Amino acid sequence: MDDLRELYQEVILDHGKHPRNFRTPDDATAEAHGNNPLCGDQLTVYIKTGADGLVEDVAFIGRGCAISVASASMMTELVKGKTEAEARAIFETFHGMCTGEGDEGDVGEDLDKLKVLSGVRDFPTRVKCATLPWHTLVAALAGDSEVTTE
Amino acid sequence: MTSAQHSDANIQPFDVAKVRADFPILTRTMHDKPLVFLDSAASAQKPRQVIDAVRDVYEREYANVHRGLYEISEAVTARYEGVRETIRRYINAGHTHEIIFTRNATESINLVVASYGRSFLQEGDEVIISELEHHANIVPWQMLRDEKGIVLRIAPISDDGELIMDAFEKLLGPRTKLVAISHMSNVLGTILPVAEITRLSHAAGAKVLLDGCQSVTHIPVDVQALGCDFYVFSGHKLYGPSGIGVLYAREELLDAMPPYMGGGDMISSVTFEKSTWAKLPHKFEAGTPAIAQAIGLGAAIDYVSALGLEQIGAHEHDLLNYGTQQLSSVDGLRLVGTAPAKASVMSFTLDFAHPHDIATIIDRAGVAVRAGHHCAQPLMARMDVPATVRASLGMYNTRADIDALVAALGEVTEIFG
Repeated sequence: MDDLRELYQEVILDHGKHPRNFRTPDDATAEAHGNNPLCGDQLTVYIKTGADGLVEDVAFIGRGCAISVASASMMTELVKGKTEAEARAIFETFHGMCTGEGDEGDVGEDLDKLKVLSGVRDFPTRVKCATLPWHTLVAALAGDSEVTTE
Repeated sequence: MTSAQHSDANIQPFDVAKVRADFPILTRTMHDKPLVFLDSAASAQKPRQVIDAVRDVYEREYANVHRGLYEISEAVTARYEGVRETIRRYINAGHTHEIIFTRNATESINLVVASYGRSFLQEGDEVIISELEHHANIVPWQMLRDEKGIVLRIAPISDDGELIMDAFEKLLGPRTKLVAISHMSNVLGTILPVAEITRLSHAAGAKVLLDGCQSVTHIPVDVQALGCDFYVFSGHKLYGPSGIGVLYAREELLDAMPPYMGGGDMISSVTFEKSTWAKLPHKFEAGTPAIAQAIGLGAAIDYVSALGLEQIGAHEHDLLNYGTQQLSSVDGLRLVGTAPAKASVMSFTLDFAHPHDIATIIDRAGVAVRAGHHCAQPLMARMDVPATVRASLGMYNTRADIDALVAALGEVTEIFG
């Protein structure tokens, strides 16, 4: 049960049950649809970027497991107010955390919050659950409308 | 069918302990817990008899089939071809040359689509499938639709997971050329009334393809009594190796159908101007086949036949009843698929946890189930669930396996509840 407790920490269960920014905004400037064909999880990420390149709003809707919903929820909280470049950089480090290939050291305050999700590294089949929302965000930032984990 | 009905019958009682001893993998652990394997609908485990048959081929008499003019090639050819007769008997086909070896049921369906479908279906012709089909019995027909302009009609199911026969009958019409439908649902466990479906379809002038992937492991199948035109299944769900599957088709259809793939073994003669085809069944079997796998499938069918499919079915049905009852007592659990006629599959959701989270948690308790859409996304949409957990039974499962599943679900409740 220990590694399960590590995976399903309270903060993940909380975000999974009560996802933040779980809505369809009517002023989004871009959106992308993420799909994990292996399991059928789907979500749509909406972003609103300003003229200065800042991500002014992020929201999502979709259905998925606790890990993917929590990851999406935490992502929306973290990315709001960041530049597109900052958002991409956070994802890169976060991806490393989830696969166990990243730097374990000081990752800064923002990424520190995402460390609760790094328990997926012990569950290889679940890594994509944590990263799908981010892949979808990056697709939206790049102007792509579809992304799959395959 | 219940085990009680069989208790007085003049047959050996089903000895699950003895059966389990034949499956070497069941002695292993998963995450330091005894393996509780409840994923046989995805692929079944293999008895020692199958493993030995495959090893024996490679150790004692492996050579290519249909080619060698030497003793071991002739011996392995005889063994390989002998499996056709084993399969013929198992599904009571009229002739051994009506048994075509493929890689799996998916390839069998693709063969029918590519050969029969391309040759005999025209623009505007209708093919009926159902809402509960596996992707393997949806996507090939969609590909044919896009290529030839056929029309796909979808027969609806009820909330319990039964085919709605009135609605199915209404879909049948003068343009219906083929009905392609599951004998048993891989997600819901529903056993479809395929004899009646075949009778109605034939009356409307349509051919019938039955996907027997799930049914051949639980229910005696008699393709002549059913009267179906095509019957497909995979070896690996029937306790045999992966990489070998079966297409049964009636002789006159196979005779009329063009080859599926060209190559060696499927020809009678070849010149650069023209080639002629081998006789059945070889016309549909280009290239070196899955020799050891076919022989392994023969051993699997011998194993199942020796135990008796009715005995196995009765044992599994007893477990299905027990499992259904035990799962129904779990708070927040919804069974998906509650048709009165069903076998060996229990799909469910918990209202407080997603199927993937459930599967991850119970994996750590040694319980192997499948979670996801089970290659049946349209069915998930019909049942209004994103995914389900599926516990599926094989001949080796016991009530203790069900108890382990229910106990492991308790850990899910502890974390999520």
